[in-house]
Amino acid sequence: MNWKTFYAMLQRDGHVARRNLLPMLLQNLLQPLLLVFVFGRVLTSSGMMRAGFKDVLLPGIMAMSMVLSGVQAVAMPLITEFQFTREIEDRLLAPMENGWLAVEKVVAGMIQALVAGMVVIPAAWLLLGSGVHISLAHPLQFAAICLLVALCSSAGGLTLGCSIGQTQIGLMFSLVLAPMMMFGCAYYPWSALAAFPGLQYAVLINPLVYASEGLRGALVPQVPHIPAAVVLAALVAIDAALLMAGLNRFRKKAVS
Amino acid sequence: MGIGIRIEDLRKVYDTPPPMAARGAGFSWSGGRGEPKKKTEVVALDGVSLEIRPGEVFGLLGPNGAGKSTTIGILTTRVKPTGGRAFIGDFDVWREPVKAKRLIGVVPQRPNLDFALTAREILLFHGAYFGQSVRERTRRAGELIEKFKLTDRADHMARTFSGGMMQRLSIARAMMHDPEALFLDEPSAGLDPQTRLLLWEIIRDYNREGKTIVLTTHYMDEADSLCQSLAIIDHGRIIAQGAPQELKSSIPGGYLLRLRFDSAPEPLLEGLRAIEGVREVHSADQVAADVYSNRGGSLIPAIVAACQAAGVELRDIHISEPSLETLFLHHTGRSLRD
Repeated sequence: MNWKTFYAMLQRDGHVARRNLLPMLLQNLLQPLLLVFVFGRVLTSSGMMRAGFKDVLLPGIMAMSMVLSGVQAVAMPLITEFQFTREIEDRLLAPMENGWLAVEKVVAGMIQALVAGMVVIPAAWLLLGSGVHISLAHPLQFAAICLLVALCSSAGGLTLGCSIGQTQIGLMFSLVLAPMMMFGCAYYPWSALAAFPGLQYAVLINPLVYASEGLRGALVPQVPHIPAAVVLAALVAIDAALLMAGLNRFRKKAVS
Repeated sequence: MGIGIRIEDLRKVYDTPPPMAARGAGFSWSGGRGEPKKKTEVVALDGVSLEIRPGEVFGLLGPNGAGKSTTIGILTTRVKPTGGRAFIGDFDVWREPVKAKRLIGVVPQRPNLDFALTAREILLFHGAYFGQSVRERTRRAGELIEKFKLTDRADHMARTFSGGMMQRLSIARAMMHDPEALFLDEPSAGLDPQTRLLLWEIIRDYNREGKTIVLTTHYMDEADSLCQSLAIIDHGRIIAQGAPQELKSSIPGGYLLRLRFDSAPEPLLEGLRAIEGVREVHSADQVAADVYSNRGGSLIPAIVAACQAAGVELRDIHISEPSLETLFLHHTGRSLRD
């Protein structure tokens, strides 16, 4: 393994990300923060939602921002680079196994997802105003869940980016990402789906459910949530599956 | 000292559309009869073997879809062969791709530059991927930018460049890590004559440092003036190989006269064959004939006389001096541009 090459590629991704920092932050964070403001501030202040909703919303929004940023940070450039000019070869020709390039992209995506998550917490806190009860009673659990969610989103980005073409980006948003956001327990705890038993179990294939519920358990344990052990196990399994699928597809797509 | 390159009985069958410009040579359909879904297979390379000596400029010449890009793609770890082996120096490209990648620089047919970066950054990061120190890569990037006349635009995003500038930047990137072998896939396609000459000069310079150069082209003059050794490829097979001079002298007689008539009956062809100096006469259809001979224009009176004797009207005549174009035509019966 050639760590010099790997590190140089990480630097390259960091360089490109810094150059596009503002548009990237807007792209990934504006929508979640607007949601925070409307649902968490407007609707609660007007009395249409209970004040406790703020606690439910914050971890969900954090999970959503992380997943959106990780997926987009990996999938969007990949889709462009695998186009017919095959920009990806600029890096595939570097002296490193092709699979490691995919790993590098996943690591870069994880960093972006973690940054997005860390930016959302204070921003959302400010937007929500008073009455948010965040605790960091389980810092290790919080860190583990953050890392697993970041890996899940960027490995998912790798799989998506190697599976779809430029013309299908719109479809990716409406068929994959939109349902994921709606049924990802970002705006409500999983237990709230108890009235729809079929749906409650169907959404368990959605990785965002574990991200939202896991962060809920770590940040606002007073709100009902799926137990941490279940969340961690599910995230590890989903991460492994997405990473394997993504690497496999990447390797196949890297050579003709 | 450059390194040798060798390929042995290389085969490539695409079951998806081939990459780059490689539109394959022949078509075949796999699967038994009556199967509902037939898969189209494209045979791009059909048993190609080549030996490229260290430090030579080697040209792979052929029409579009002959298999040139696929051959280069396999040698540069971008296309996986269906069968056969490819070596860069001592390394089997598909067993030890990382070691092979260190030794080669690649200029693809379409610019695959990193469009998220500026020209200078593309070179600097490329140097970093190959483990160059900051000082070394800064120096080398500066030199290459100057050499390739990109100084004015060095700090502009590469995606705003014109086709010719992208091409120059691609070549600079390929040379950045000072590879032992440089692969150029149709390097002069779409370049203006001035840039083309600059490119030829750069290739010759690089070769003088002892580096091995492999280029594909369908320009005969380019192959003729740059390459010390050539292989002509068509339909995924090598049809002729050797030094340009050797190859040209293998054309019977050397000159080719392409004739068109209102009709070309057998007695006329016999008459043409009987003319002194004529080595071969081929007639592809009923109204044309290709005459290979050891002289050109001085043959015309005899041709006119043969036409009169056969009662045939001569409509057109085209004389080609000994060239690779003629050679290609001789081996395939087709012009390079067909």
